Amino acid sequence: MDGIQKAVIAVDGAKVSFGAVKALDGVTLRVMPGECVGLVGHNGAGKSTIVSVINGGLTPQAGSVASDDERLERYGINAARARGVRCVFQELSLCPNLSIVENTRIMHRDLGGFGWRTRAQKIIEQSLDTVFPGHSIGSSRAVGDLSIAERQMVEIAMAFSDAGIAPRLVILDEPTSSLDASLARQMLDHVRRFVAAGGSVIFISHILHEILETSDRIIVMKDGRVVAERPAHGFDHHGLVEAMGTVAKEGTGQRLSREQAAAPPILSHQAEGLSFKAHEGEIIGLAGLAGHGQTELLLALHAAQSGNWRPERDPLVTFVAGDRRLNGVFELWSILRNFSIASLGDLSRRGLILAKEEETKGADWKRRIEIRTPDLHNRILSLSGGNQQKVLFARALATRAPIVLMDDPMRGVDVGTKQEVYKIIREEAARGRTFVWYSTEMDEVRLCDRVYVFREGRIMDELAADAVNETNIITASFSGVPA
Amino acid sequence: MTLRLSSDAMRLVIPALSLTLLLAAVFWLQPRAMSYVGLNLLFNLAVPIALATIAQMLVMAVNDLDLSMGTFVSFIACVTATFLRDAPVTGVLILVGAIATYAGLGVVIHLRNLPSIVVTLGMSFVWGGLGVLLLPAPGGQSPDWVRWLMTVKPPLAPMAIVASIIIAVVAHLVVMRSSLGVLIRGIGGNPRSVERAGWSIVAARGAAYGLAGVFAVLAGIALVGLTTSADANIALRYTLLSIAGVILGGGEFIGGRVSPIGAVIGALTLTLAGSFLSFLRISADWQIGAQGAILIIVLAFRLMLNRVEKREKGR
Repeated sequence: MDGIQKAVIAVDGAKVSFGAVKALDGVTLRVMPGECVGLVGHNGAGKSTIVSVINGGLTPQAGSVASDDERLERYGINAARARGVRCVFQELSLCPNLSIVENTRIMHRDLGGFGWRTRAQKIIEQSLDTVFPGHSIGSSRAVGDLSIAERQMVEIAMAFSDAGIAPRLVILDEPTSSLDASLARQMLDHVRRFVAAGGSVIFISHILHEILETSDRIIVMKDGRVVAERPAHGFDHHGLVEAMGTVAKEGTGQRLSREQAAAPPILSHQAEGLSFKAHEGEIIGLAGLAGHGQTELLLALHAAQSGNWRPERDPLVTFVAGDRRLNGVFELWSILRNFSIASLGDLSRRGLILAKEEETKGADWKRRIEIRTPDLHNRILSLSGGNQQKVLFARALATRAPIVLMDDPMRGVDVGTKQEVYKIIREEAARGRTFVWYSTEMDEVRLCDRVYVFREGRIMDELAADAVNETNIITASFSGVPA
Repeated sequence: MTLRLSSDAMRLVIPALSLTLLLAAVFWLQPRAMSYVGLNLLFNLAVPIALATIAQMLVMAVNDLDLSMGTFVSFIACVTATFLRDAPVTGVLILVGAIATYAGLGVVIHLRNLPSIVVTLGMSFVWGGLGVLLLPAPGGQSPDWVRWLMTVKPPLAPMAIVASIIIAVVAHLVVMRSSLGVLIRGIGGNPRSVERAGWSIVAARGAAYGLAGVFAVLAGIALVGLTTSADANIALRYTLLSIAGVILGGGEFIGGRVSPIGAVIGALTLTLAGSFLSFLRISADWQIGAQGAILIIVLAFRLMLNRVEKREKGR
């Protein structure tokens, strides 16, 4: 111990621009050993870009990267990995067609040679057992067969696994977005253990209380710059939101108490457990632990209301997908096409699309929900994740369907965008649209008029009006489970 | 739970089942086929097809498609029947050059981000032209060792069966068990993640194409061993047969989901389908159509099974 510790990674004055967009505008960031750095910011603030710089995927046009006080001229993916920099990405970064063991082989380049399967299996199972004790993931299963939560668990375990080069700096980009509370807890506990043992973590999350309680130091980014940097105890929830420069207001979740129970439901479904009913203009939340049957109910509702062969003339339901890369966006299409695909029936005459009307409608929605792009004809992937999600919302809302099904659509969306979308949802609900909203985030569930709580594929409880609160939901989610 | 564990095995169920069914039907129609000689006759043309199918599978594993397989195998057959017999050193050099060209194609396709279909379609004319230059008319003669290899009579099982098993095992080891195989399939599954782990995708893709070249060369040599002479058009139908074989064997066009054992079984099934139709005395005019019908039935069956599998998973 020589008193002054050397930074695991120090980025100095990094500048990156993509065309006219300045993604990073001179960012300086140091990560010391034994420290968890929280990184927060609006979508497009440059978090992902700085992550790419640190993990070697991107060379900054100006500025330098140093590690252990040694300036690295040729810093690339391999140099980063050799220094123990690992990354868990927001989207799936495993090969779905390969088994977990085979993915481990891909992640660790120096695992080769005879008998690598046994070694890889040992490494990944050990890591899974450490991070998520009590998990039930068999390492011979193909990643594509796992649920989203399980995949994320594997990715996290993969980043913390040690095959020769021990991980020194693990970057976690929205690691808990698909995990339910107890799994997220396990992961955050592991982060603290890892940091206590001298490792470093860069932790990116939109779930602010996770950042606040897990990080030692929090860096707030905005428009490609670091705008605030303080020890974690120097921030509180409100302060963080303020520093990010968003307009999130506390207590926006005030519900209007309306008398709806008398009207006949426009949608009902006999699921296991309690039966599901939806009235006009209601926002209905589906809560409970992740993966306990909420998505299945949404799919069943959608299947029951749409024809198998021919599209309905006047569809009753429309769907906002949660896993936008998997079943949300058409990656090769423009923003406009992605937006208009659901309402092409209304936008065409005699089988031909009315290009003018499509443009007008697109421009109209672009303004209404503020899709941040200079041109709707840009490719959808040119947008940040949150804006892509907004396009998917616009796609659903632009249809005439009176019921909107939402499958945890706010995963990985920044706070500002969320508030904007919440506002739109409330407006639309006031006009008589019905929303069925599965969400893994408590703040969102609290916005709902009525909430069904799921447990193991069954609706366990129905909460309405003032009964919708965290305590009640958690109680219902864990009911019938021996603590 | 047992269903989940064996999603790779599930992939093999349909091809294995359809091969067994066809084989049973053939034996029922023509019991004399149920012998050492009969089996060899039924299956010996399957050996080059199986090799070409493995080659195609390697290309498909990286999400590409090789439309030059047929003309390439024909070209190799021409080389085998001429240079490899008369001037072995030159012949071997040509074959090595051909494999290197294949690897080079993989590199070019990746670096220039070209659609493989276009590049290989273009190359198919190049290979075809080279084949015609070598053998303007059918002719040539297979080298004696090749002839010997393809007509050898191993104990217990006929050469065609033994060769198919060897091909399946070798391909399985290379594609499913080795690190290189994992890397190649990884590129088909999620190239970004492979890249982020620090691998060179260019090299891996080149390796996949190079390996495909090796198997395709073997296919050409095996074919000449069976036919004793060659022709520039001898294997044109291999392009579609090899693609059909991969799909029949449980492989998929994209996503790096391939199965070498399935591919060999698929090739055997396709060969057998031809014999089966002959035994049924279906006129040659209808055979291609009937073969297509068999393909459609098997694939429909596979889709049905996929559905059942999905429902079992309950996702």
